[in-house]
Amino acid sequence: MSFIDWLGSPVNWVFLVVGLAILFSSWRVVTAKNVVHAALYLVAALGGAAILFLMLSAEFVAWVVVLVYIGAVLVLFLFGIMITRAPTGKDVGLDTPHKTSPALLSVATFVLLSWASIQAFGTTQVESVGEPTSTEVLGIALLGRFVIPFEVVSFVLLAALIGGVTIARRDLTPAEEEERRAV
Amino acid sequence: MLLNQFLILAAAMFSLGIYGLLVRRNIVLILLSVELMLAAVNINLIAFESVLRSPEAIGQVFAIFVITVAAAEVGIGLAIVLMIFRNRKSANVDELDLMRW
Repeated sequence: MSFIDWLGSPVNWVFLVVGLAILFSSWRVVTAKNVVHAALYLVAALGGAAILFLMLSAEFVAWVVVLVYIGAVLVLFLFGIMITRAPTGKDVGLDTPHKTSPALLSVATFVLLSWASIQAFGTTQVESVGEPTSTEVLGIALLGRFVIPFEVVSFVLLAALIGGVTIARRDLTPAEEEERRAV
Repeated sequence: MLLNQFLILAAAMFSLGIYGLLVRRNIVLILLSVELMLAAVNINLIAFESVLRSPEAIGQVFAIFVITVAAAEVGIGLAIVLMIFRNRKSANVDELDLMRW
């Protein structure tokens, strides 16, 4: 199938635009000189991924990505940037000076992964914009066959919650401890 | 739509994540690169699911698990960053050489 045939279907145009936007934002996430800009480009990359999920008829997961990543995780990141007072202006010290071998490694990974997927899947077609998976199906799967992993993940979240509070809490000095006990 | 167009896009995103992981010095930016790699994995899971069309939507269930674990990872990661910053007054990985041999 030639590239012209591929462009014949309108859904591939959407893919091309969204894919290029994702690639550009991912590139800026790893190269931006400004920490806040890097975090905001991650929003764009994840938003593009959510649009791809909608194209692949995974509606629920797409909105979970918007809600959890863009809504919660990014706010957490911006808090982290502000609390650690990471240099928010233009800064030269954000990257290591040795960039050649990481670049080579990442290009090698890309070549290997795409070669493997071209070898393995060739021209396998995705059912373009099929019936969306209903939330009912997902809910039944989560509380039926996958109920034990579901509970394990909820336990992981609880452990992360308690662990996060414990790690980030400031230890009281002995004088403060006395003061608290006296009250 | 070909399956490969999604897989190759995800591969590119994953490789950019690896590059960022190795090049950045600030811990918060390293965590951002990890998020990029996890999002690439999610694209793969959803793409395979829409080809295989399992009756229980297994690929999407796993994507939800990945998202949940990523959220937990960010929470713990930033708590550790906060503690390191409080103790060492720095969030650059190459200045944290206390355990270096």
